[in-house]
Amino acid sequence: MRAIFLKDLGSFFSSLIGYIVLIGFLLILGLITWVFPDSSILENPYAQLDPLFSIAPLIFMFLIPALTMRSFAEEINRGTIELLFTKPISDIKLVLAKYLAYLSIVILALIPTFIYYYSVYELGAPKGNLDSGAIIGSYIGLFLLAAVYVAIGIFSSALTKNQISAFVVGCFLCFFFTWFFDFVSTLPMFYGSLDDLIEQLGIYYHYSALSKGLVTWKDVIYFLSITVYFIALTLQVLKSKRV
Amino acid sequence: MSLHLDAVSKYYGSQAAVADVSFEASAGQIVGLLGPNGAGKSTTMKMICGYVTPDNGTVSILGKELSNSKIDLRKHIGYLPESNPLYEDMYIKEFLRFACRVHKLSNWKPRVERVVEMTGLTLEQHKLINQLSKGYRQRVGIAQAILHDPEILILDEPISGLDPNQLVEIRSLIKTLGEEKTVIFSSHILQEVEQICDRLLVLNQGQLVMDGSVVEFHSTSSGKAQVFVRFDKAVDLSMLLKEGDEMIKESQLSFTLLTHNPKKLKEDLFDFAVNKSVRISALTEKASSVEDVFKELTAKSE
Repeated sequence: MRAIFLKDLGSFFSSLIGYIVLIGFLLILGLITWVFPDSSILENPYAQLDPLFSIAPLIFMFLIPALTMRSFAEEINRGTIELLFTKPISDIKLVLAKYLAYLSIVILALIPTFIYYYSVYELGAPKGNLDSGAIIGSYIGLFLLAAVYVAIGIFSSALTKNQISAFVVGCFLCFFFTWFFDFVSTLPMFYGSLDDLIEQLGIYYHYSALSKGLVTWKDVIYFLSITVYFIALTLQVLKSKRV
Repeated sequence: MSLHLDAVSKYYGSQAAVADVSFEASAGQIVGLLGPNGAGKSTTMKMICGYVTPDNGTVSILGKELSNSKIDLRKHIGYLPESNPLYEDMYIKEFLRFACRVHKLSNWKPRVERVVEMTGLTLEQHKLINQLSKGYRQRVGIAQAILHDPEILILDEPISGLDPNQLVEIRSLIKTLGEEKTVIFSSHILQEVEQICDRLLVLNQGQLVMDGSVVEFHSTSSGKAQVFVRFDKAVDLSMLLKEGDEMIKESQLSFTLLTHNPKKLKEDLFDFAVNKSVRISALTEKASSVEDVFKELTAKSE
């Protein structure tokens, strides 16, 4: 498991594309959080990081499938999956190793944003006048969101040998599970009856609860179960590849 | 017995890729798997490696059934797939180190050094895999297959695409490996199989049509050996022909004779030359080619 984890992490950082994606992510996030007047923290009378946490899911929706699209698709395309399938490593370890490698990359991409927290902390008047609890909660929310998206990304990558298809399917699934239920719940036919229930099926409902700084077991379990569900689906897909 | 296949079958839809194949192989044996394209060679090899699950029958490795402990038994198998897939963006040593990690092998450095030397990669060892020629990539594929010192080595077309010098080297490497291990080896190059293997398994349309030594393989042939002879004077050879022998007169001086017993015919030719006081200026024998025997064997099963 360690071997696959290190290989995937290594191959990500040995390619230029990896760095470009990470820099792009931080650039967009930085611009939205600090530069664009509509969302800039500097234009906001309150010391808070809300723009970061509201835009991050949208960026993650594209960034994470872009990162994970090669995870299995490349192995299937090159035929190296045959090599992995005949080595003494179980499918579950193979999937988990890849999952953890890509999750680590996303966490690494998030680490530089801690500087934003420090900056806002320093800028507050008086200094340190910001809701640290809410920010920690939001970071937990962001981490759980990444955990789900990476699982979705790996699953889409296992479906195909074409990385672009993996990316498109990944983006679509991330979008679907995040906002689709939220949109459906606003349909007049569900008003007052099923709207709450439908809304709770989607990721957005749980993410917005967490980013208010309210970390409840209900939300955490929701995220974990979606993650486990997609990892299990990935395992099924791999099983079907073993003709 | 290190490897045992018992009535193994694999179907793709209604078509049998491998049908009811049984054989055994022990350590110190190099077994050649021969057959035309689509005969089921690769599928058979994939079933031994646990990549493809047989629909019927069992594969046993070192006395244990493969389906019961796949992960554990894969440690004893080294596999070079036909397409030789490699991580192109890795350096040779980086890739071999990765293979060591997958097998959870300690002291990877001496191991990697050893296989790099064995496979003749020493000069290229600091290169990226995508910078290598086909022959060297093939060696990297073999290196990862033997890295963990497996008891059973499955090589799917290991010598395709090699130049003659590389061929000699890889052939001798396989022979050396075959001294201790069970080597199953498939090829399209029939002469190669003949030169490397102790034993031949011929597959056609998923069925095992022959299992025997190279000598037995040749003896199954009904084809005749060709003996070409040239004299310095015009002669009449008709008195030398036995029943079933044929003669093709190439010119006044040279003849091609087809016979079941080339050894006896050659002796007769020498005696003939002495008795008639003529000189033999050329004498060559062409054994019935492996291709001929192969065609016959596969045609029989159809």
